[in-house]
Amino acid sequence: MVEYFWTAIWPWIIWTPILKAIQSLAFIVPLLILIAYIIYADRKIWAAVQLRRGPNVVGPWGLLQSFADMAKFLFKEPIIPSGSNKILFLLAPLITAFVTIAVWAVIPVGSGWPANEGTSWVVANINVGILYVLAISSLEVYGIIIGGWASNSKYPFLSALRSAGQMISYEVSIGFVIVTVLLCVGSLNLTDIVLAQQTGLANWLGVPTLTILNWFWLPLFPMFIVFVISALAETNRPPFDLPEAESELVAGFMVEYSSSLYMLFMLGEYLAVTFMCAMTTILFLGGWLPPADIAIFNWIPGVVWFMLKLWLVFFMFAMVKAFVPRYRYDQLMRLGWKVFLPLSLFMVVAVASVLHFFDLAP
Amino acid sequence: MSEKEIRNFMLNFGPQHPSAHGVLRLVLELDGELVERADPHIGLLHRGTEKLIEHKTYMQAIPYFDRLDYVAPMNQEHAFCLAAEKLLELEVPRRGQIIRVLFCEIGRILNHLLNVTSMALDIGALTPPLWGWEEREKLMIFYERASGARLHANYFRIGGVHQDLPDQLIEDIEAFCAPFLVVLEDIDKLLTGNRIFKQRNVDIGVFTLDEAMARGFSGVMLRGAGAPWDLRKSQPYEIYDELDFDVPVGKNSDCYDRYLIRMEEMRQSIKIILQCCELLASEKGPVRVQSGRCSVPSRRDMKQSMESLIHHFKVHTQGYRVPKGEVYAAVEAPKGEFGVYLVSDGSNKPYRCKIRAPGYAHLQGTEFISKGHMLADVAAIIGTLDVVFGEIDR
Repeated sequence: MVEYFWTAIWPWIIWTPILKAIQSLAFIVPLLILIAYIIYADRKIWAAVQLRRGPNVVGPWGLLQSFADMAKFLFKEPIIPSGSNKILFLLAPLITAFVTIAVWAVIPVGSGWPANEGTSWVVANINVGILYVLAISSLEVYGIIIGGWASNSKYPFLSALRSAGQMISYEVSIGFVIVTVLLCVGSLNLTDIVLAQQTGLANWLGVPTLTILNWFWLPLFPMFIVFVISALAETNRPPFDLPEAESELVAGFMVEYSSSLYMLFMLGEYLAVTFMCAMTTILFLGGWLPPADIAIFNWIPGVVWFMLKLWLVFFMFAMVKAFVPRYRYDQLMRLGWKVFLPLSLFMVVAVASVLHFFDLAP
Repeated sequence: MSEKEIRNFMLNFGPQHPSAHGVLRLVLELDGELVERADPHIGLLHRGTEKLIEHKTYMQAIPYFDRLDYVAPMNQEHAFCLAAEKLLELEVPRRGQIIRVLFCEIGRILNHLLNVTSMALDIGALTPPLWGWEEREKLMIFYERASGARLHANYFRIGGVHQDLPDQLIEDIEAFCAPFLVVLEDIDKLLTGNRIFKQRNVDIGVFTLDEAMARGFSGVMLRGAGAPWDLRKSQPYEIYDELDFDVPVGKNSDCYDRYLIRMEEMRQSIKIILQCCELLASEKGPVRVQSGRCSVPSRRDMKQSMESLIHHFKVHTQGYRVPKGEVYAAVEAPKGEFGVYLVSDGSNKPYRCKIRAPGYAHLQGTEFISKGHMLADVAAIIGTLDVVFGEIDR
């Protein structure tokens, strides 16, 4: 018995955390580098629309700008307002950054080997992936509320109230949108959701090579739009950037933050945005699947397709930021509760009915 | 549990707030997001312009007017020059009048471009300002080529303008017009039909015509409420009575109407500028009064005639005596009626110079316009009030 412990269990206790740590690190480091370039792309796209050049000094074409910014934030002195609640003030950005990184654990970014057998490149391939995502991303709002409250300042306080209302409102419709997808898939596992998009509309229409038609964006079309818009609202991107509305609340909950604490907020924000792009890709754009069943497309590794789709969705996010004005608080609430919620609720019923009566449910 | 007293949320909006348009300090009393009271505080940019002018000769007073509404400097100079010319009973040469009108309309575009785009910025549209800036830059270069300064032009003089325009500049101004209308069209496409932009502006900041008149509103604020009142039409000065242009008038008196009026006024200004350029091409002549005590001798005369040299020296050091009397002159500045009330005691300095800034009257409307609106609307309302603190604080 003792021998069994030493030969079988002890190595497992020792090696599993080390293995998971290496795995996580191998995921987080590329992720953070991705974020650096997502920020860069955001600024560049925005600048292009505004007829500016954007960052172009640090490194070739300004490619190292995000790293320079990071260094700047790290070496600056963090200023903690004397009237603030220090522990909560420090905790808030940590919560935001931690939660937004943690949620990536279940995101599958590429097909496993051998392909298409329920395996994928993912840190934790848990069977309740969607529930994990919903649970963790709901915690994101705490960073903002706590940060806004602990600052003991008026603009952050107002911003915290706004964001609490906003994120909760849109989480409801996001939840229902995800339910419609789940109904079509029959699994809460994100890898299964991607694999479920291998067959579908294209096969019925008799054009199996055009696998792009299989993805859920087409059969669940209105939901795709609702999801993208709710994702904008959920991540406080324009036109829903009320918590940090510059012309009203100056910088919202981040007014009192500086240096690395501010950086953690920014990091969290962009992690959340990128995460929403990844979720859109997985739920509606077929994850790592190629858009057509052609030999050349099939040779390209799945992770490349995944990244391409993620960038495409992000490009859309960035263009929206450049073009639209901001909603007012009550209009935002009205859109969430009176338009998106009934629509997504109706779609849940509609999709469920169709699946049931045509006997399509998986 | 004992009764709790609930206090409204007091928010200090400005003076360092990004959408306070300069140094407005607005103390807001908020019930949640609703504005219960908006109390504008002024004076953070007070420089005592009116008092300073009392100690300057008439010619030296002109640069102070650039620094009032620094968004459209020459329009202010114009009002002062008109007032002084009334006292002196001077007739400005025709070419001088045309140049004045030309630059006043450039000033109007400068102002409206800044206002419309920064109002969009207050509402959250981040792109229009950058597009507008590009065009403003071109217009400021026209200012520079005429006067030597991009912003504080000091170009108008009592009895005309400082110097004639080079022909190339007139051609360039003419060439600027058509592409500018395209840019205006782009901004129009981005904003006018945008649903969010409409939701944020339609029926926001409504007031009646009576309320507007009671508070002394003028310019776009008054025209937005439905009064076709434009000094360029109702009491034409310079050559406005022979120019062809329309005065857009609003219906609903909301922020959206005021936005549309400003957009249309820019198009009308372009129309006027084109007419002026055409006139300038054919009508040559002096740009400033040639004789009398307000005239400035040419360099050539100064080199040859002792009298001219003395006169030049006297005009620029001592100035000229202005007949006793008082006078009010007003122009249709981009923001509204900009007036100058001059009292002369017969000396070479104004005894009193009261400036009527349209923004001052508009700012006092903040309280009653924004009451009951939400915090986000306050930014939109301040945007359409078109306040610039240079002229309000003076």
